[in-house]
Amino acid sequence: MGETMRDSYGKYLAQLGAVRNDIVVLDADVSSSTKSIYFAKAFPDRFFNVGVAEANLADIAGGLATAGLRPVVNAFAIFLALKSTDQIRNVLAYNELPVVLVGAYGGLSDSFDGASHQSLADIAIMRAIPGLEVLVPADADEMKRALDYALDRNGPTYLRLTRNEAPNLSEKFGERSAGLDIRKIRVLRQGSDVTIAATGMCVAMAGRAAESLASQGISAEVLDVTSIKPLDIDSLAISVAKTGHLVTAEEHSVIGGLGSACAEALAERGLPFSMRRVGVADCFTESGPYDRLLAKYGISAEAIARQAASLA
Amino acid sequence: MNLEQRALTETDKVKKSKLLTALACRFRMEILEVLHAKQTGHWGGASSACELVTALYFHRMRIDPAHPEWDDRDRFILSKGHASMLLYTVLAHRGYFSPALLGTFRDIDSSLQGHPCMKKTPGVDMSTGALGHGISVGVGMALAARIHRKDYQTYVMVGEGCLDEGQSWEAIMSAAKFKPEGLTVLVDNNGVQLDGTSDEIMPISPLEDKFQAFGWNVLPKTYDGNNMDEILESFDALDRATSWPKVVVYRTVKGKGVSFMEGKNTWHGAPIDDTSFELAKPELEKAYKRALAEVR
Ligand SMILES: Cc1ncc(C[n+]2csc(CCOP(=O)(O)OP(=O)(O)O)c2C)c(N)n1
Repeated sequence: MGETMRDSYGKYLAQLGAVRNDIVVLDADVSSSTKSIYFAKAFPDRFFNVGVAEANLADIAGGLATAGLRPVVNAFAIFLALKSTDQIRNVLAYNELPVVLVGAYGGLSDSFDGASHQSLADIAIMRAIPGLEVLVPADADEMKRALDYALDRNGPTYLRLTRNEAPNLSEKFGERSAGLDIRKIRVLRQGSDVTIAATGMCVAMAGRAAESLASQGISAEVLDVTSIKPLDIDSLAISVAKTGHLVTAEEHSVIGGLGSACAEALAERGLPFSMRRVGVADCFTESGPYDRLLAKYGISAEAIARQAASLA
Repeated sequence: MNLEQRALTETDKVKKSKLLTALACRFRMEILEVLHAKQTGHWGGASSACELVTALYFHRMRIDPAHPEWDDRDRFILSKGHASMLLYTVLAHRGYFSPALLGTFRDIDSSLQGHPCMKKTPGVDMSTGALGHGISVGVGMALAARIHRKDYQTYVMVGEGCLDEGQSWEAIMSAAKFKPEGLTVLVDNNGVQLDGTSDEIMPISPLEDKFQAFGWNVLPKTYDGNNMDEILESFDALDRATSWPKVVVYRTVKGKGVSFMEGKNTWHGAPIDDTSFELAKPELEKAYKRALAEVR
């Protein structure tokens, strides 16, 4: 078993704490889950556990940020998106405060806890807030780069993480080149028949889907979209102009996430293209093992390949 | 010297209180005039807190209007952001921007938004408008002072309606845990919210006991927040109180100064019609003249 993304995150945050004393970390009684606990132990004077109070959590971070500190806010993705929305919009975003909002347990990754804990609308909510950037890393390497980027930004950023083991994309596709802006789409695999744009945990699935499509004689281009907002529309449009077909894949409701963002952007470019969205249909999910849950709700390499084949 | 300069420089306490009173009376007139002229904005809660905000900016706070972003400045968060016209009036006359701008309140392209916006108005330390945020943000600002080893003060003004918000109590609980030095909450308890009296809408008493139970340092007396002598007395009491966080509950009158508007939720945010304005104006002028006579 490789390391979970939350562990890589927690350790990296603590590492950053040692070199940057402007970082302060906040959590809402879930630091053992989000792994902000590593930072808490190393830097107790710069860690604030506010208890189960996500609204207060985000606004205290806002106050800290007004005085030049760089707060990193930790909570479950669903509760940040649902219980701190007013604070994120009216205090953090409206005032362009440099706060990093880290949503732990994104998508279905808190699988056994069930629908109350699964975060499938967070991207849609965060995306609609002006000035808030939305990043969904696909592996530990991207998570670190995304966090670095967010900590240097002069505005709020939402970083959506997964609870579980993250694939190591570097093994297969090489590391993201240091010079490549985290907001730019990374082309993981060139292809000519269909474009698969994926984010987060779906990126590795898209890679596997492309392999199986290749064996059927379909050439798929795989795009790794870390930044849902801002969306790198140019790179997306170049690929879709070439293939004429797009499949989006995300661990999120099909409403308002990556699929919606791509459809909106490409439609306005006037490109002729056909499209399918892989994601959770407009329904509530349930408890179960992570892999089986993903599969049941239509998120898998097979589902991506099937949709791509239906278009190409 | 104008009234502002006299209020700022006066050292005799009795005279200072009278000067601040006169200033607050004048601000109240100006607020009513702009709100009437613009036919939009909130009178009731601006009027109830007029003495308090005047005393903060012309007596209490360590600030430099020429450097609104000075790191060591004291902070003020108007959690009841709908009293924006009061804050703007005080900031303008304190020198943060030209009083001529006050007439652009709520206009398109104006720097004076309907509710305070720190990105647009010099001197505004935190944007507010949605109720319930102020104490949380104040906790953050005060904790930042601790981390940076600074001694600035953070004042948060809330209305009792603002305290209906659950977040206020999350923040009150967390402040008792972190005990940030320099955090003081001032409650403008005018007893009336938007829809009616607090007793009708959401009873809040015994407020002091609630703060006490939550672990705050509550000043033992409830002060008259429309009486400058009592406000200055409360500031002295704050200086004597030692443990943090601190809270002062002020009894105030919503719509203060206009007899037929006092204590009425209908004057919370209704546009001020011409007839009411013509009746209200002489009342405020009379109070101002009386206050001026005291400082001749
Ligand atoms: C979150 C939120 N809900 C509702 C409102 C609408 N609103 C504006 S003022 C107010 C009543 C506030 O009462 P209080 O805090 O006592 O203010 P004051 O009487 O001092 O004006 C309400 C409900 C708001 N601004 N924010």
